[in-house]
Amino acid sequence: MVTLMLPRLIASEGPARRSGAVIERNATSLRGAYWIVVASGFLEPLLYLFSIGVGVGALIGDLTLPGGRVVEYAAFVAPAMLASSAMTGALSETTFNFFGKMKYWKLYDGMLATPLRPIEVALGELAWAMIRGNIYGAAFLVVMVAMDLTTPGRAVAAFFATVLIGFTFGSLGMALSTFMRSWQDFDIVVSVQFALFLFSGTFVPAQAYPAVLRWLVEITPLYRAVDLTRALCLGGVGWLQLLDVFYLLVLFAAGMAVASRRMGKLLLK
Amino acid sequence: MALIHARGLVKRFGDFTAVDGIDVDVQRGEAFGFLGPNGAGKSSTMRMIGCVSPPSGGVLRILDLDPLRDGVKIRGRLGVCPQLDNLDPELTVRENLTTYARFFGIPRKVARARAAELLDFVQLTERADSKVEPLSGGMKRRLTIARALVNEPEIVLLDEPTTGLDPQARHLVWERLFRLKQQGVTLVLTTHYMDEAEQLCDRLVVMDGGTIVAEGSPRTLIDRYSTREVVELRFAAESQEPFADKLDGIGERLEILPDRILLYVEQGDDAVAAVTARPLSPANVLVRRSSLEDVFLTLTGRTLVD
Repeated sequence: MVTLMLPRLIASEGPARRSGAVIERNATSLRGAYWIVVASGFLEPLLYLFSIGVGVGALIGDLTLPGGRVVEYAAFVAPAMLASSAMTGALSETTFNFFGKMKYWKLYDGMLATPLRPIEVALGELAWAMIRGNIYGAAFLVVMVAMDLTTPGRAVAAFFATVLIGFTFGSLGMALSTFMRSWQDFDIVVSVQFALFLFSGTFVPAQAYPAVLRWLVEITPLYRAVDLTRALCLGGVGWLQLLDVFYLLVLFAAGMAVASRRMGKLLLK
Repeated sequence: MALIHARGLVKRFGDFTAVDGIDVDVQRGEAFGFLGPNGAGKSSTMRMIGCVSPPSGGVLRILDLDPLRDGVKIRGRLGVCPQLDNLDPELTVRENLTTYARFFGIPRKVARARAAELLDFVQLTERADSKVEPLSGGMKRRLTIARALVNEPEIVLLDEPTTGLDPQARHLVWERLFRLKQQGVTLVLTTHYMDEAEQLCDRLVVMDGGTIVAEGSPRTLIDRYSTREVVELRFAAESQEPFADKLDGIGERLEILPDRILLYVEQGDDAVAAVTARPLSPANVLVRRSSLEDVFLTLTGRTLVD
């Protein structure tokens, strides 16, 4: 679907321009209290890194990776914080904000009365979520390099991975939001998100879990994302990471397809 | 060529048929109205015309284009003022216009100039940098109308433009819409207020239960379906019904409502004289000119607003 959609977007300037107008709308609305929300999105992973990575890490000491390499605990945790902050940034923009705009403010009804089409609105919103998520990611990588938890070269590679992770979770969040009936439903999203955050090989290697649980953990999207960023930040990239990329791309495409279809169904009846 | 052309237009939601085969032609420069009670199918029709709701059947051409194939093109030339304001609460009054203009691909500079012009037109210049939230209902409506004009549309669709506004705010909206009409903008509006239809519409259709029950100018509809004047009688009693028989023979027709009886007559004063000669003494007597409300009552046996 990505390969079908992207060339069409680039070929005719109309759709890209119209998605751009959605980004512009968000940039215009960005001021005042909103910055606090954005800043907290950056602070959160940093707090986890210092409290658990550095603090708890001092008690744990070094960690032996499945491949046999030994790394300090903070270096093990940091890439996971990077991946999960990319997820959090993308999800908060595409779940709460997206749902509120669609259901309560009826913003998309207004937009769809103009030449904008559902897929263009969805892509515009997603691109905006990415801009926000990627600023978190980049800032966090700078901190990682400063703390000597990765090298600048690896940080650049990891940055591209966070962009992909953001797109994947952003499109999933948007697709999910189209099924939400009320704010209460988001409690489920928040719980699932927190469970993913805790158990996706973030703080403990998945090898520590019993076999069945381990399989379950390893097929979750955040686990694949953490696997990718960890390999990029610490070294040891192999075929498995190519699979991670493929897996995330497929989820992204599926999320976009569902989101734009559902938006059309909900708003253009 | 008609700007809007519909033949046998149908809209179904599952088993429910909201619009049941209507024929409509709207000409350039016309102010065209859909008059009817809630649930008559007005809004569904408007959404189909606005290319945000695919027709379930029949023919629909807008600006000589097909809404299903050329939705993007058509919407670029329409202005839409929806029934419920969907202004952007995160933006200021001015930004609501400039941002919306960008959705139509209007360059920023042009958008700013047009926003200033339109704010002036709807008398909101003083509130340009205010957020939308604190505005009154009438101001929000005017802003929504201004937003619908930001792309200099050929057709402006207004879904119940004054529902929920106080009389003063309504008159201000009517006055602005009248000016648009004078400028030659094609207006298509829905309403369940007969005075609104009388004030603004050159031509209208009366809708009920998804179908068109009458069509014409407000004047011709009144001439055809009602008398020149109406006498409203209110009797001080539990029920108005027993008095109907006693009024037999006065006027062309009579209608019993829960709280009053309407007599359709040519000369109101003559009819009142006849009533008092019977002798009947209603608690309240009102002689008025016939309106579209009476047309609707004649056609459907129900009032427009209940």
